[in-house]
Amino acid sequence: MKARVTVTLKSGILDPQGKAIEGALKSLGVDGVASVRQGKVFDIEIAGTDKAKAEAALKEAADKLLANTVIENYRVEVVG
Amino acid sequence: MKSAVLVFPGINRERDMARALKLASGHDAAMVWHAETALPAGTDLVVVPGGFSYGDYLRCGAIAARAPVMDAVRAHAAKGGLVLGVCNGFQILCESGLLPGVLMRNAKLKFICKDVHLRVERSDSPFTRGYNAGQVIRVPVAHGEGNYEADHDTVERLEGDGRVLYRYCSPDGELGDGFNTNGATNSIAGIVSDKGNVLGMMPHPENHVEEIMGCTDGRGLFAGLVAHLDKAA
Repeated sequence: MKARVTVTLKSGILDPQGKAIEGALKSLGVDGVASVRQGKVFDIEIAGTDKAKAEAALKEAADKLLANTVIENYRVEVVG
Repeated sequence: MKSAVLVFPGINRERDMARALKLASGHDAAMVWHAETALPAGTDLVVVPGGFSYGDYLRCGAIAARAPVMDAVRAHAAKGGLVLGVCNGFQILCESGLLPGVLMRNAKLKFICKDVHLRVERSDSPFTRGYNAGQVIRVPVAHGEGNYEADHDTVERLEGDGRVLYRYCSPDGELGDGFNTNGATNSIAGIVSDKGNVLGMMPHPENHVEEIMGCTDGRGLFAGLVAHLDKAA
């Protein structure tokens, strides 16, 4: 099964990289960019077909390693 | 003082650290590989040195913080044993849960490599007893992610309990945005755990311990640890 974990900064956490990207997009003249926050995406292949089990494993992966929950939120999706 | 210096792939300051420890204590530090599950018997001080463990992949210190040896370090700290993390070592201690908060990208996004001044906030900790409270020392920093951040309650607790031991400051000990090298909350350069036995700091005291380095201000930290342990023994 294909799965995806998306890790994003919690709101209120300063994101200097996102700010720099935002500035670059604005200087490129890309229309309508209000703000940018940078995050991470992990594409993970899960063995087996049990969706609930896969979600539990992904959540464990995110809690234990992929996200630092002091500053980051994460979202887990089993794509199928 | 029996010290153990942890070695992770990508760490590069472990030999500087071992040299500073030898200079202060007269004893060779044990170099402990990350895959070990125990520390050498009788270890007084565990040092997590600086560098770029695992190439800073994922987040600085994130992968090293989950290495087998870290369970032994947690057990050592839980018994009140001393732990010192410098630079990447500070990041590893935060990621491992031994210290609160996180080291974010420097506010101006640049890697900073220069000497900075630090104000020693108190002298009654094992990590500062070689200095006087309010003393200003000069030590180098070399990091891209040293901007200490934590949630409001954690910062209040750190400040209220006097757990900030080192702050970035002017040569005269003044605080201010102009001296807060990396943009850290409250100019925080180094903090201790709630029991006071685990210190994390971004600057490198081990790189200012010999005349040839141009400055010996870092010696006090190591001399203080030796004095603390001699008194306890």
